[in-house]
Amino acid sequence: MLYSVLIYASEAVAAARSRQDDEALLARHLALQRELAAEGRLGAVVRLMPTTTATTVRGTNQSMVIDGPFIETKEQLLGLYLVECATLEEAIETARRIGQCCRTPDSGALEIRPVSWSRLDVPRGEAP
Amino acid sequence: MTDLSWIDPLLSAARPQAMGALLRYFRDLDTAEEAFQEACLRAVRRWPVNGPPRDPAAWLILVGRNYALDEVRRRSRHESLPDEAAISHTEDAEMEMAERLDNSHYRDDILRLLFVCCHPELPVTQQIALALRIVSGLTVKEIARAFLVSESAMEQRITRAKRRIAAADVPFEAPGPQARAERVATVSAMIYLLFNEGYAASGGESHVRAALCEEAIRLARLLLRLFPGEPEVMGLTALLLLQHARLDARLDASGNIVLLEDQDRGLWNREMIAEGLVLTEKALRHGRPGPYQVQAAIAAVHAQAARPEDTAWAEIDRLYAMLETMQPSPVVTLNRAVAVAKLRGPEAALQMIEPLAAKLSGYFHFFGVKGALLMQLDRPDEARVAFDKAIALANTPAEAAHIRMHIERLLERHAARSAPPSAAAQATTALPTGRGSAG
Repeated sequence: MLYSVLIYASEAVAAARSRQDDEALLARHLALQRELAAEGRLGAVVRLMPTTTATTVRGTNQSMVIDGPFIETKEQLLGLYLVECATLEEAIETARRIGQCCRTPDSGALEIRPVSWSRLDVPRGEAP
Repeated sequence: MTDLSWIDPLLSAARPQAMGALLRYFRDLDTAEEAFQEACLRAVRRWPVNGPPRDPAAWLILVGRNYALDEVRRRSRHESLPDEAAISHTEDAEMEMAERLDNSHYRDDILRLLFVCCHPELPVTQQIALALRIVSGLTVKEIARAFLVSESAMEQRITRAKRRIAAADVPFEAPGPQARAERVATVSAMIYLLFNEGYAASGGESHVRAALCEEAIRLARLLLRLFPGEPEVMGLTALLLLQHARLDARLDASGNIVLLEDQDRGLWNREMIAEGLVLTEKALRHGRPGPYQVQAAIAAVHAQAARPEDTAWAEIDRLYAMLETMQPSPVVTLNRAVAVAKLRGPEAALQMIEPLAAKLSGYFHFFGVKGALLMQLDRPDEARVAFDKAIALANTPAEAAHIRMHIERLLERHAARSAPPSAAAQATTALPTGRGSAG
């Protein structure tokens, strides 16, 4: 089954990281992505821009356009992985590997959400 | 866990909120700073053992506040503090309470913290230095290096600034909408100047200057998180991102300035540009344009041109005209003249900047642009005079070197005069076609 692993952490903390630490973190993620791709399990990887770039459309007739994220939280959705996993056990194991790339012993969390269905033909995503 | 590098970003991220709350409690920058320092020291000791708290800012506020209160009591009673173990015990017991700390003030707390650094009585350099120390938490040594002064001189400067603020009247009540908007504008101006301090490179090592730009972007994002619907704050953040995206292309390997139109656009940071474009568009949707939004829009036009010749100069001219009405300034007109040169030729641009001569007689870029326009108009003697003035006014060796390059081309061209016509024509096509300021 295809699972999504949603990465939540404080974007304020992410912004406070030094440039070297940020580059090291990206390198760890890229290495993991190569591994998962070699295992034939990697679906897609998404890194989201800060919530300051977010726009929320809400209301029954979607008439209200609000700047900012849907809800104010201490942790924000920073990005996500789509990974093929045979079992939940494997998904948890994969989430741990992703967590090791993030190295967030702080308030960060990874939410595992099985994917009901997906379309993965992304028109244009820029590789790091 | 032996690697403690994960703690630093937690402390830095919590700093504005924690310092803001501690300033509200104690109404004194030194006490707030001391309380925060102590709370950080305890965090470094306790967090690796107990794990980080769920709300680091609340933890630091509570521990810092308790420390400072104890300190006040101890000083008044001349008693010693209870031993470390006793304090640590209360810390853990009070963590529950920290979770429930009133968070509703935090936005105004952070805004106030930024705002006290911008006190109108403080000269701009002191405002920036103070914000870097108090809000960003840079060390005095780091700030001194960025401003090319000795550590003790910077220490003095910051101490003086704090004393002035302590003597001045800092409003601690929650501001009304009007006062809040004014504070946002004042703080935005300080962040913009901080960025320029790094961007314009008025001296110093380039990586140190880049750090100032990054710090300005951090503060702009902080302000935008507090006011996510404020178009001018979006515009400011977008502007800084779009300008900083060109960092790696602005200087060549030997540190020479590379003009916007000569830059390797492959070196531009695409992620920053994308974020800047999103924010610019979001801001403009509000239909309340302001100077930062318009400047961001100008930077966005440049960022969207795949090649220099694809630049939508008419759009840039229109945006500068808008900026001229919002914020009339000879520097804005000078920049507009660069777009006009592209659209209607150097003669029109020269006519536009000539009335600015008196006001910009001490401005490096004025003579840089003037010289370049005169060169295009084939008036080498006058160009030489303008370039000589530019060199005399250059702020950095890189600026001076850039103008010297123009002069060399001028001399080559002069030499080419006596050579066969084909060589002269070649020299002419190699001439730069405008923009005296770095891209």
